[in-house]
Amino acid sequence: MMLRAYFIAAVLLLSLTGLTSAAYSSGLVNSDSANELKVFSDPEMRQRYYGLIAELRCPKCQNQNLADSDAPIATDLRNELYLLINDNYSDTDILEFMESRYGEFVLYSPPVNSVTAVLWIIPAGLVLLGFAIVAFIVLRNQESDETNNV
Amino acid sequence: MSKSSTPKSSTSKPSRIKLFIPLFVFALLALVFLQLEKRMISGDYDPSMLPSALIGKPLPAFSLTTLDNADLAIDAIDLNNKAALINVWATWCVSCRVEHAYLNTLAENGITIFGLNYKDDRQKANQWLARLGNPYQLNLFDVDGKLGLNMGVYGAPETYVLDANGIVRYRHVGVVDNKVWQSKILPLGLNWQ
Repeated sequence: MMLRAYFIAAVLLLSLTGLTSAAYSSGLVNSDSANELKVFSDPEMRQRYYGLIAELRCPKCQNQNLADSDAPIATDLRNELYLLINDNYSDTDILEFMESRYGEFVLYSPPVNSVTAVLWIIPAGLVLLGFAIVAFIVLRNQESDETNNV
Repeated sequence: MSKSSTPKSSTSKPSRIKLFIPLFVFALLALVFLQLEKRMISGDYDPSMLPSALIGKPLPAFSLTTLDNADLAIDAIDLNNKAALINVWATWCVSCRVEHAYLNTLAENGITIFGLNYKDDRQKANQWLARLGNPYQLNLFDVDGKLGLNMGVYGAPETYVLDANGIVRYRHVGVVDNKVWQSKILPLGLNWQ
């Protein structure tokens, strides 16, 4: 009885955290599809470029980052990003550059404010809900185990 | 005897109610999605429409040639103390063709429209205007989309509404038609004439 409860608990928790982390990591997957060749003089710049095109969202697409998107605007933004990196813009400057033009929509990791609060609260809320359900199941089964064992 | 060991008697009532929980959840979700669907059909809500980051700000700085003069770059447009539309268009843009007739109508009614010819071909664009009519006071020729990028354009057609002071008050993504004009742009209460 107890064992089954812990098993259910583990599955619940894993599926909840798995769902949210999958949503995050899917935005971080690098696909080289259709991306034009970019030559970097410095490997660190290349790394920053690939990090930023994974982190920035294509404005035309509902859920694709700049790396994954074939939309013309994504190509333009990748080219712009390449120029900015070569102009020695910092990552913060680049994110600011993009946000001042395309709004918070382009940031896959938006700052916490009144508009985006719901994005941050829901995953945390789901995890808490998972814990609550697990606690409820475990406690109830403990109770019935005790009464059954008497 | 404990509750859980006698499912037939004491737990049968609450568990029967529990059986309906998925149905309640389904009904609730269905209601939410139905409302969203309604708002999408009526045009109140479009998930692909981005709020513009340019609202409340003037146009970004630029230096571009116009469609009819490849030799002269300009860096400002003269609003003449009137509100104006800035319409982002291109000959490769199918919806721009749909929109064009209505822009002609607006221009005939004295509305000031500037064009931003976006990532296009100068010759093709001029041919288009000669054939379909020219509602624009002037057309900026943004061949590499640089001004478009600075304005936050992510697809044509887009239409920016400037007030008489040159401040962006509204951005519409997609075709401007009479409905958009009446319900979104006129209520801004700007001085058009």
